[in-house]
Amino acid sequence: MSTNMNKNKNTRSTNATGAGQRKTGMQVMKELKEQHRESGSGLGRAHLNNRIALGVLWGATIITIGLLAVILIYVAYHGLGVVLQDFPRFIFTWPEGVNAEGGIWPTIVATLYSTGLAMAISTPIAVLAAVYLAEYAKQGRIVKTIRFAADSLASVPSIVMGLFGLAFFVETLNIPLSMLAASLGLSLLMLPITMRATEEAIRAVPRYIRWGSYGMGATKWQTVSRVVLPTATPRIITGLILSLARAIGETAVVFLTMGIAINLPIIPTDSGRSMSVHLYLMAVEGINLPSAYGTAFLLLLIILVLNLSARYISKRYSRIDNA
Amino acid sequence: MSASTHQTKYSTPLQTDPLVTSYYVRNLEFWYGDFNALTNISLDVMPSAITAFIGPSGCGKSTFLRCMNRMNDLIPDTKVGGDMLLKGADIYSSGVDPVDLRRRVGMIFQQPNPFPQSIYDNVAYGPRLQGVKKKSDLDDIVEDSLKRANLWKEVSGILDKNGLAISGGQQQCLCIARVLAVQPEVLLMDEPCSAIDPTSVQKIEDLMAEIKDEVTIIIVTHNMQQAARVSDYTSFFLQEVAGEPAVLVESGKTSDIFTAPIDKRTEDYITGRFG
Repeated sequence: MSTNMNKNKNTRSTNATGAGQRKTGMQVMKELKEQHRESGSGLGRAHLNNRIALGVLWGATIITIGLLAVILIYVAYHGLGVVLQDFPRFIFTWPEGVNAEGGIWPTIVATLYSTGLAMAISTPIAVLAAVYLAEYAKQGRIVKTIRFAADSLASVPSIVMGLFGLAFFVETLNIPLSMLAASLGLSLLMLPITMRATEEAIRAVPRYIRWGSYGMGATKWQTVSRVVLPTATPRIITGLILSLARAIGETAVVFLTMGIAINLPIIPTDSGRSMSVHLYLMAVEGINLPSAYGTAFLLLLIILVLNLSARYISKRYSRIDNA
Repeated sequence: MSASTHQTKYSTPLQTDPLVTSYYVRNLEFWYGDFNALTNISLDVMPSAITAFIGPSGCGKSTFLRCMNRMNDLIPDTKVGGDMLLKGADIYSSGVDPVDLRRRVGMIFQQPNPFPQSIYDNVAYGPRLQGVKKKSDLDDIVEDSLKRANLWKEVSGILDKNGLAISGGQQQCLCIARVLAVQPEVLLMDEPCSAIDPTSVQKIEDLMAEIKDEVTIIIVTHNMQQAARVSDYTSFFLQEVAGEPAVLVESGKTSDIFTAPIDKRTEDYITGRFG
């Protein structure tokens, strides 16, 4: 189809300029159709192009899915055995000795501790900022600039964010290398993601639902707090979970702000070692590769569960939406 | 047609005393930015009656309806001129809070828009906004409003169910119940029946007739049979040239408009010659 259209255009322009006498578009089309009928070429080529396009798209899709499958299988092949050996010893015991034999329990606690705290810090700020941007701020250059800043913040390399966390929270504010310092660093990472997701969620609330509220004599804040936010909540939670998944696997920030000591954190100023940092140290020093794979497998499992629950929540939401 | 030459035709003369009317509108103008959307609209809306606004798509009747509860205030860069009085008081005077006005003037939209909350919470929304807290009071209001909206029988057992889980027609009845719960003086309906099934349309027309003694109803409709069936008064809006403001061509008793229209354009429209 598109090939025909292009040919049509080309023929038309040469005729118009070359021969001096201008054929109408319909005449050109008619001649082309006759040519095609004689040679049978036009339609054949279109079909061929169609097949090539389909093949290329299909190939690209296979590569994407295949890569994911290869990584998952590779990690599971090396890690699953480690995790299942004397199950659940690997999850619930401490690393022992110079080679960190045994389990990774303190690193799991440190990871969940710091990301949970980071979520508690970043979520209220992100949601309130998003409400302001989506509902209150006058849409214009300033809002666009803020949005661009948030997007840029989200794409700052995490090692840079970690360096900032170390310089500001640890060196300047004198917070020790700890859960608190790490979660402050991680919230820098989560803030723009959560904010943008919340803003999109608020914008996705249909106009006519707001009108329903305003039409009842609700003020703006009543409309936002009683109708818009509850309606947007499933999508906001989906965004939260995705930013949590991003933070849980984060290495650079926690490496620079949490420390590397194996320690079971109790209070926020306790230091510790996260799963990702443990994985890094085990792999880079080649101390205990099986432990690295076991940790990697557990990390992937946690992130998979988070992503699946995000999908579940957004699906349930769309069901209500269509009902 | 410019504002100066345009003259609305009235089969019943306009009132001189604003207090006998519900809405008393004189020379209303409306702008979206630089675009003059409505010009020189003068109209009486009589209380305890149903008034229908008819006209082709884009003729400004919905815009005019949204002027009546100041919903247009929510659209940036809009402007209103002229007088619009409700029970003799100018609703655009500086002392009037649009939030307060909308508690007196309820609105039903083309798209049924229940909140994604329980049926109970939907109806209790307005009373809660105004500070009703006691469960027994709310229970009473919810039951009364659903009964008035002809929906109680169908939903009395499923008040906890999500308002979006019922049929489109039931959703529209739920929205009407939600508005009736705050006991408005006026009910504005913007094509309330265009997105729902015929059985529900019948139900909504019935309930309009039942409540019109207590609530003045103004309905925008594309459906001329509906206007003829339900309304006591009819106003015909028209935008003759794209880019020019819409005008009110003719206004009067529904029986007069549909049997003896004064303006040729009204006759053309109701006999289906355009629109």
